[in-house]
Amino acid sequence: MRVTRGFKGKPRDTGATSDRLPPGQFVTQDFPVLTAGPTQQADLDSWSFALHSDGKLLVRWSWAEFEALPQTEHTTDIHCVTKWTKLGTRWRGVTFDDLMSAARLASPPYEYVMAHCDGGYTTNLPVADLQAGKALVATHFDDVPLPATHGGPARLLVPHLYFWKSAKWIRRLMFMETNVAGFWESRGYHIYGDPWREQRYSGDA
Amino acid sequence: MIFAERLDWQVATAAKFCRETQGVVTIAFEVPEWHGHLAGQHVDVRLTAENGYQAQRSYSLASPAGNAAEIELTIERIKEGEVSSFLTEELAIGDDIELRGPIGGYFTWDRQSSSPLMLIAGGSGVVPLMSMLRTRYKVGGKAPARLLYSSRTAEDIIYAAELDRLAANGDGLSLIHTLTRGAPSGWQGERRRVDKQMLATHAFQSSEQPQVFVCGPTLFVETVADQLISLGHAESAIKTERFGPTGDKR
Amino acid sequence: MTEDLARLDGNAAAGTLCRFLAIDVTSMMITCAACGAEAPLGRLHLYGGRMGIILRCVACGEVNLGAVEVGETLRLDPRGAACLTFRAGPATFR
Repeated sequence: MRVTRGFKGKPRDTGATSDRLPPGQFVTQDFPVLTAGPTQQADLDSWSFALHSDGKLLVRWSWAEFEALPQTEHTTDIHCVTKWTKLGTRWRGVTFDDLMSAARLASPPYEYVMAHCDGGYTTNLPVADLQAGKALVATHFDDVPLPATHGGPARLLVPHLYFWKSAKWIRRLMFMETNVAGFWESRGYHIYGDPWREQRYSGDA
Repeated sequence: MIFAERLDWQVATAAKFCRETQGVVTIAFEVPEWHGHLAGQHVDVRLTAENGYQAQRSYSLASPAGNAAEIELTIERIKEGEVSSFLTEELAIGDDIELRGPIGGYFTWDRQSSSPLMLIAGGSGVVPLMSMLRTRYKVGGKAPARLLYSSRTAEDIIYAAELDRLAANGDGLSLIHTLTRGAPSGWQGERRRVDKQMLATHAFQSSEQPQVFVCGPTLFVETVADQLISLGHAESAIKTERFGPTGDKR
Repeated sequence: MTEDLARLDGNAAAGTLCRFLAIDVTSMMITCAACGAEAPLGRLHLYGGRMGIILRCVACGEVNLGAVEVGETLRLDPRGAACLTFRAGPATFR
């Protein structure tokens, strides 16, 4: 690696934020768009969000029903595995806990979920990483409806893990018995993705 | 003998700067280990800041095909573009950058080809096509060639004088400019976005079996390719290279 | 601007792939496992940005080839490509 004289790049590290930066990350003021496929455009009239298990539908909400669920606001830092971190992002949506209550599920049928999204994107997570306020299905960013380029109308938000886990255009959470690898996880990214332990790729501890 | 081998990063030293237009600069780099390139290929450029932050972009080679250890990249400065701003405003003669290439075999012009050559450029998409025209001139190519080049205004035309000289050579090259945001008085070229009518007027007929290269922003390339196909050109005869909205390929 | 207008093609993936493969990857023909369409890699729709290379069929949009570079290793995921076709003769690389 050879340093290029005079090149600074866009990200600027400031000492005040360094304790909020996981290892290897750089702070950005932008909100970069990264996608594995074309931007999905949903029709809210036919949109739904569902929980599934064992091939069976547990519960499904239309857009109107989803918007009527308890809303939670959350301000958090987000960390992309491509090394950018964005501080203090503001979101609104429905917590996983409130989804479970609304579905009248006292406990998850299995320990893991696969998020399924429009366009075919998937990502896998332990249910424990969604519970206790750790995750939302977010519909608003910075007080406005989430734009399609950033995953609207609804995306998963799991900010304590690398941002590829915060799946855009989410439509279903399917409970599963084993932790099956999703889109990026099956192509070399870490099965869990903790930015504080720098779990970027499959071989990382 | 033609070889393919795995690519790795090489050090390139900035040797010359030439301002093409207000926002566009050509930089010549000395690359001691350069093994040569074909017209239409590109390089990846990598910059590393002191804190380890890296940025990478792809740029088409502007210089003609060949083995010369000096290569040229023509770079459009993009507003907010961290790499293009650095290369066009900060980089000084004698500075080193890292680059990797040459890359690509699909979007290349075979200088021994005798098919009519149809080149369609949108903005900085003219760069790889210019490498093709410079190569054609260098090897004395005589098969007919046409460049249809879309720019915003006359001041945005990259390589304007050199293109006029090449077209005045009498070796079968014709040049058609179109401007999309206003033309100076006395303008003889076209005055709108490239459309099917313009292609029907200026492009070789599909029956002439031209080899077609289209390069520029994604929307431009896809629109032009669709229009050519609707005019009867075979999809396999049309080669495309898309630049991102920022003009670079990443 | 949406990512779709910013969509690139396989030409932009070649630099990374050619770090590991000594062939002209952009001319390699890929047959889509989902719909059977065949196209040179240079023409496929490229997504993934800095995360990795995701090349999608121009006809049906399914993933034909994925590649993630991790340090000195390239993980090439061929799921989605029914067939890769190469031409003999001099490589047009140089």
